[in-house]
Amino acid sequence: MVPTQWPWLKLGLWLLLSLPLAELAWRIGLELQQPTSGLGADPGEAIVHHLGTWALRILLLAFSVTPLRRTLRWQALGRARRLVGLFAFAYVTLHMLAYMFYYLQWDVVALFEDFSKRSYITVGIVSFLILAAMAVTSTRGWQRRLGRNWRRLHLGIYLAVALGLVHLWWLTRDGYAELLLYTIWFVVLLWLRRSPLLTRRVGSL
Amino acid sequence: MLIHKKRPLLGKAIPGSEITPEGAYLNRRTLLQGAAVLGAGLSLPGLARGGLQSDDELTPETIVTTYNNFYEFGTDKGDPVKYAHEMAIDPWQVKVSGAAHKTGTFDFADVIKGIPAEERVYRFRCVEAWSMVVPWEGLPLKAVLSQFEPKGSAKYVEFKTLVRPSEMRGQRGLFSSIDWPYVEGLRLDEAYHPLSIMAVGLYGKALPNQNGAPWRLMVPWKYGFKSIKSIVSIRFTERAPKNTWQLLAPHEYGFYANVNPAVDHPRWSQASERRLPSSFLTPNRRPTLPFNGYADEVADLYTGMDLAKFY
Repeated sequence: MVPTQWPWLKLGLWLLLSLPLAELAWRIGLELQQPTSGLGADPGEAIVHHLGTWALRILLLAFSVTPLRRTLRWQALGRARRLVGLFAFAYVTLHMLAYMFYYLQWDVVALFEDFSKRSYITVGIVSFLILAAMAVTSTRGWQRRLGRNWRRLHLGIYLAVALGLVHLWWLTRDGYAELLLYTIWFVVLLWLRRSPLLTRRVGSL
Repeated sequence: MLIHKKRPLLGKAIPGSEITPEGAYLNRRTLLQGAAVLGAGLSLPGLARGGLQSDDELTPETIVTTYNNFYEFGTDKGDPVKYAHEMAIDPWQVKVSGAAHKTGTFDFADVIKGIPAEERVYRFRCVEAWSMVVPWEGLPLKAVLSQFEPKGSAKYVEFKTLVRPSEMRGQRGLFSSIDWPYVEGLRLDEAYHPLSIMAVGLYGKALPNQNGAPWRLMVPWKYGFKSIKSIVSIRFTERAPKNTWQLLAPHEYGFYANVNPAVDHPRWSQASERRLPSSFLTPNRRPTLPFNGYADEVADLYTGMDLAKFY
């Protein structure tokens, strides 16, 4: 690791990953001044989709950190993993909250109904719960306490990203171009993570 | 804003003949003469306001014309308003075929000639659980279809949308699973129901391209995807035509697609809907009504049918 690179990288990532939220805040500002000017005819849907789209993109980015670090041999990236992961979790959480407000109006019964009846909601919530467990245990303290189990728990990222993609596949009715791109990227990452050269180094994590 | 929020536009207790000329949308009329509309209102008092609730308010024109599902121009709801102008609607021809005495290819102007347009304020409920209230100008579908003299064997009518990839960019996409043209259909008795119209205008103007110019079906008790846009083909058939969404996902979309809060779509609960405009702070959610509130008018079309099976 090159320690001097990290603060700059951290600052850059903070700015970059906050941009989608800043854009949303700006659009909400427009919306409050004049209805439909920032978020269109269906603000609830616009907010849920914006947060969901970026949650998945940033989640894929978090999943990319380790393979990229190895491929690019850029060790400073290693410390970015937690930061990007926590950002992804933040977007997923906001996405969930927006869905619960705009689609369910905080109706918990409706939430259970959606969870049990609609598979894309089921996989979405399971993905959220996995990420929540990872976010809570992302500190050094928890890393120490859980020992070997910490690594096992955090392998959950594979499932969380996969379920996120499944969530979107099941949601999409037509127009698969963007989704296909995410899926290809995910497969490329799986391939990168599984090449023998890389698996040999997993132990050194 | 075009419509003031708190003012109920059409109450159940008020006869449509009295209220229609006073509606705010009338001021923007260019397509029709007020007298013609008044006449329509008088002859069809129940239909002009059919099924509307006292708290139904018109969805602003800016939303009706910018928030559209018209996959021929892209899957985003903002795509149609951006790209539909690329579609040329003049000249426009309609091919009539199947079990009818008068078949052939007709000029659109000839097909609608002599059929007076009527104002109809309808609720519009999308299968995606959002809804609008729209003032359409439309031709009674029965008048449109009967001029072709369907044969006794005709039980269904099938409609197709224009296919012209050079002007409809959604049809050029590599990643679409829709097999164009878009196809929809009705049972003939549904098509002949007085609520069924071919819309040729909205908010007193000619129908915008993104809303399905030059004409589109409007059957207000069914989910929006039934109301096929930019129609170029009418075919009378003996068997139920396979509609596009049913072909694409038969467990999600049926032939009938009647609005029904009791039958969930696999992806959405249909018990309630987001009425547009919904705002940032208040989603404006309201319960969905059987047959989109038109049960009194249309429920007897389906007597004895299991609506959970024929969804």
